[in-house]
Amino acid sequence: MKLLNYTSKYFAWLLFFVLTGWAIIFYFQMLDEIYDSMDDGLENQKLLVIRNTRQKDSMLIKSDFGDGYYTLNTISEKSALSFKDSYRDTLMYMHNEQDYEPVRLLESVFKQNDQYYKVKVITSMVEEDDLIEDLLFSILWLYLGLILSILILNNLILKKVWNPFYKLLENLRNFKIEKDQKIDLEDSKIEEFNTLNEDINDLITKSVRSYQSQKQFIENASHEIQTPIAIAINKLELLLEDNNLEEKQANKIISAIENLERLSRFNQSLLLLAKIENKQFPETQEINLNELTQNILKNFEDLIVHKNARLKVDSKEQLILYINPDLAQILLTNLIKNAIIHNPDSGLIRISIDSKNWQIANPGDESLDQKYLFTRFQKVKDNSRSSGLGLAISRAIANLYNLDLSYHFQDGHIFKISVSEAR
Amino acid sequence: MKILIIEDEKDMLQNMEDTLQKENYLVETATDLDSAISKVGVYDYDCILLDINLPDGSGMEILDFLKQNDKTEGVIIVSARNSLDDRLQGLNTGADDYLAKPFHMAELNARVKALLRRKKFNGNDILKIENLVIDPDNHIAKTEHGEMELNRKEFDILIYLATNQNRLVSKSALAEHVWGDHIDQADNFEFIYSQIKNLRKKLKDVQANIEIKAVYGIGYKLIQA
Repeated sequence: MKLLNYTSKYFAWLLFFVLTGWAIIFYFQMLDEIYDSMDDGLENQKLLVIRNTRQKDSMLIKSDFGDGYYTLNTISEKSALSFKDSYRDTLMYMHNEQDYEPVRLLESVFKQNDQYYKVKVITSMVEEDDLIEDLLFSILWLYLGLILSILILNNLILKKVWNPFYKLLENLRNFKIEKDQKIDLEDSKIEEFNTLNEDINDLITKSVRSYQSQKQFIENASHEIQTPIAIAINKLELLLEDNNLEEKQANKIISAIENLERLSRFNQSLLLLAKIENKQFPETQEINLNELTQNILKNFEDLIVHKNARLKVDSKEQLILYINPDLAQILLTNLIKNAIIHNPDSGLIRISIDSKNWQIANPGDESLDQKYLFTRFQKVKDNSRSSGLGLAISRAIANLYNLDLSYHFQDGHIFKISVSEAR
Repeated sequence: MKILIIEDEKDMLQNMEDTLQKENYLVETATDLDSAISKVGVYDYDCILLDINLPDGSGMEILDFLKQNDKTEGVIIVSARNSLDDRLQGLNTGADDYLAKPFHMAELNARVKALLRRKKFNGNDILKIENLVIDPDNHIAKTEHGEMELNRKEFDILIYLATNQNRLVSKSALAEHVWGDHIDQADNFEFIYSQIKNLRKKLKDVQANIEIKAVYGIGYKLIQA
């Protein structure tokens, strides 16, 4: 939920409760005030009736309201003495409404010429249900009006106020540590945003610096390790070129060279892995995996013939990825090389490609342990030359581009690269 | 042929010097940027081997210096920093080739020879060994008895062995050069053998007076028959 809507939602609820509470209190207060003033009016009318009656000598008994607003009846002394003035609500038939409507009634007694009289004075009253209905509608309009105002306020003013924040979010999303040095920040009148901007800039500067130093470390480490290895290999090569070596001596030198070469390749693989995980391959382009597969197979032509492997490539559809070309090459090369090297004699290697999947299968006797297959330093028992990093590198490349690299065993080893649906 | 090696690592320098001297080149050396620039300023070389990481600066400065002074020396960058940035920057600044450490001495030799061949201004770049004539650009290898029919890999192997004539070329150096890095040690390079066998047969067919000799089971040497 967006920030603006989030606050609006709370405003709406808050207003709902506040207005409801206010409406209830307002209703009762108003009702109270209305009764109060009606009762005052009735009291006044009563006094007028009594005064009128006293001025006239003859008592006019008026037993029903008729066209007037009062009744006057005689009453016995006994009941008169125990009577107290009372206000109450009652119903009366109204001709205009043709219905019984509530009226306010005052009953009182007075004494005139030793005769007790009972007087009833009425006044038409507020219709509570109408009042409530009117109030409810007023409140509803007020509520809607307020909500609308808040929405407008949020969208016009708050949006403007939060604009630097959204810009910052946008910039952060587009920031790539491999390429960018810093992000452009807009000055804001709001102190908090400026502080946020400064803090983020500090953080980015630090991250870029540590990224750069890590990158440099990787390159320096590569240099520092490769140079001595290179020197040692070359010295041994020069030694081998001396013609007066015995075969036994030569074999020892060769073994030393092979081990040094292994060390060198291992170092390079580790560095490659670190570089991939450090995202040091920012350049990407459209790569057609069908074409790339054919190119790689061409490189392995001689090895395939030598290993007596049969090959079948099934390009159902073109698979195009947006990926770094070097990494794409490494990813497929590792998988293809594995399949060729571990292929039994005259085994059939099948590569199938469709628009979402790239898959290579070769015959094998038993399933590999999936749990450790893609982890570092996982070696095949009888292959001392493997660095154990090939599949880890492939997995790292796949992860980098949100590809799914999986293995399963079904009449042979099957490695599959799938384009994740979630992209 | 005069070659300058600019390299601060003394043992590395020594290796390269030994290798190139065996090919009868006149080799000079420099171990830092200062002495390298003063040498380049005074003398003309046919080829310069340049390390990027020097104690007193970046080897890239030599490339700039050469460019500013309109010098046409062929430059091969020799660097352990196998980073794409360096490679691209170097090649853009005027280097002719890039060789990442570690490399085989045979590879160094082949690269230097290829560069010198390309840089040779007037003459043709034909390789001659005994009665075998190789024209790398036109993909032709022949003797007075006829032309060899070679596929690309066989031809690459022949050139590589020919440029490293009389020197031991290890199988791994050969595989790396002809098949590329990614084939590394696949099955101990046994697949090379069938190619060599074909090549030997084709050499025999045209009665070339050269022989590809297996050495200690780890490599080959092209020698006079």
